[in-house]
Amino acid sequence: MTYQSPFGLLLAIGLMFGGLNAAPAVAQNGPLRIEITEGVIEPLPIAVPNFVAENGAAGEYAQNLSRVIAADLAGTGLFREIPSSAFVGRVDSFDAPIAYADWKAINAQALVTGAVSASGDRIVVKFRLFDIFSGQQMGEGLQFAGTAQSWRRMAHKVADAVYSRITGEGGYFDSRVVYVSESGPKNDRAKRLAVMDYDGANVQYLTDSRSIVIAPRFSPSGDRILYTSYISGFPKIYLMDVASVQARALADQPGTMTFAPRFAPDGRTVVFSLEQGGNSDLYRVDVASGASSRLTNAPSIETAPDFSPDGSQIVFESDRSGTQQIYVMSAGGGEPRRISNGAGRYSTPVWSPRGDYIAFTKQNQGRFHIGVMRTDGSEERLLTASFLDEGPTWSPNGRVIMFARETAGAAGQSSLYSVDISGRNLRAVGANGGASDPSWSPLLP
Amino acid sequence: MSYLPKAILLIAVLGLAACNNPDRFGAGGAGGDGMNGAGAGGIDSSGLGDASDPRSVAYFQQTLGDRVFFAVDQNTLSDEARATLTGQAQWLNTNTDYAVIVEGHADEQGTRQYNLALGARRASAAQNFLVSQGVAASRIRTVSYGKERPVEVCSTEDCYSRNRRAVTVLSLGAGS
Repeated sequence: MTYQSPFGLLLAIGLMFGGLNAAPAVAQNGPLRIEITEGVIEPLPIAVPNFVAENGAAGEYAQNLSRVIAADLAGTGLFREIPSSAFVGRVDSFDAPIAYADWKAINAQALVTGAVSASGDRIVVKFRLFDIFSGQQMGEGLQFAGTAQSWRRMAHKVADAVYSRITGEGGYFDSRVVYVSESGPKNDRAKRLAVMDYDGANVQYLTDSRSIVIAPRFSPSGDRILYTSYISGFPKIYLMDVASVQARALADQPGTMTFAPRFAPDGRTVVFSLEQGGNSDLYRVDVASGASSRLTNAPSIETAPDFSPDGSQIVFESDRSGTQQIYVMSAGGGEPRRISNGAGRYSTPVWSPRGDYIAFTKQNQGRFHIGVMRTDGSEERLLTASFLDEGPTWSPNGRVIMFARETAGAAGQSSLYSVDISGRNLRAVGANGGASDPSWSPLLP
Repeated sequence: MSYLPKAILLIAVLGLAACNNPDRFGAGGAGGDGMNGAGAGGIDSSGLGDASDPRSVAYFQQTLGDRVFFAVDQNTLSDEARATLTGQAQWLNTNTDYAVIVEGHADEQGTRQYNLALGARRASAAQNFLVSQGVAASRIRTVSYGKERPVEVCSTEDCYSRNRRAVTVLSLGAGS
């Protein structure tokens, strides 16, 4: 994918899975550009000096903003932050001319400058991005205004803009993740629904730990959450409004278990599994009317459904062949076609928001993997390997996958990790104890 | 008491038990909550004895065995499982005050949703067998816990084999 900036800089990011075409990661001649290849990537050196505090009250935000922006960018593995101790130049005024030579001297290829002013409960954040070697500003400066407590979101928005201008991809930093917070021993684990920023900050709990909750899923607009709870004593799907934290049962049929819900891209329909008499099949329900219809009718287990981004197809797992495999069918039902064909068992398929890949969990020879494949099952590629990795979820730009990793044994714990879709940059997400079943929101408005 | 009111009372008691103890239908299920909930239902507390008393919950759990085990990914009942469930069915056919919830469980080697579905298959297999042995279907409910509630916490087959289980949990249902 390429992106033509207003300044004529051609930015490109290529996710090539071939492996041999190890082009220089950073092209020095011509436009500022990041290319990702299968080979080692040399992260792009970027300087993010402390933002300028334009008044006294803004002082506390000036450094914090630049730290979060730098952490976002470095966290992608595509950028390397140049420490401020190496700086030759200073940015004391947001509107002063850039001393390109000072930044060139420390090999910075990109520079982010910014300023913040605070007044009461409001702050205003401004930033500009510069291509040091071509000596030009990249794109226009932007300004964000909001409440002081949303300063981290403003930092994420700056980082999203920088990432987007340099890679040509959409950003993903200003987003949230709903997940299951876990505590206590393995045989009596307490579980609570929680949401956090994509980087683990701002944890909020949505349920208490009295009932087991599993597999929360954001709605396409991020305002609602589907999940399965044992609060009635029996597993059922609930729909929670995020703002009010009020929940109601969805698709409730006595004597059945409902689980594994997902929203359709329009947010009006939910596909889910319903178990009756020991057999699980897929159904869909209209959220407003509650009218449901059956999509599969087989004695096998059909579960973990997800929609294609255009809403026309559903990918799911089934053990109709004898082991769990991944199938795709029309969103209205009909004959599914199997797309997973490698050794082992495939489960929890999730369609990339870009539509180009399906991420999955794979079990083979006693190990678990997170992987991606094309939507026809070709080009399968395993990104991780461990005792137990499961439940991938896509970043809003379809370039990063978050999942849960559980360690073995009596003291085993689950925590969240992310990895990019070329298998690089595996890293732990958040640090607040046990966590599982992540679901990434869309980019926040 | 006719069959219908009995069933309604049973549902009412189960409903209360669910409210008071949402996560677990505790072993025995005959705690104070259930009794209070039954109100004037006339529940006979003399049914609770030690494991040597064939009418006791302890006898059901320990002497007859309240659980059966499954092979990896399977919900087929082994001969041993059938023998255990046959004993359970005979006891239930004698002690008609009790209703049961059959819990289905899986080991940790599997994804969460699949294990929920697998636990439901196992619970259903045990339920169907109990019904085939004459226990009224209306006395049995099932619930799957998937891999959420292992009893053994090690990550070896020794523990896994005891986590792949269906547990028949008694609850005092209806007065006779």
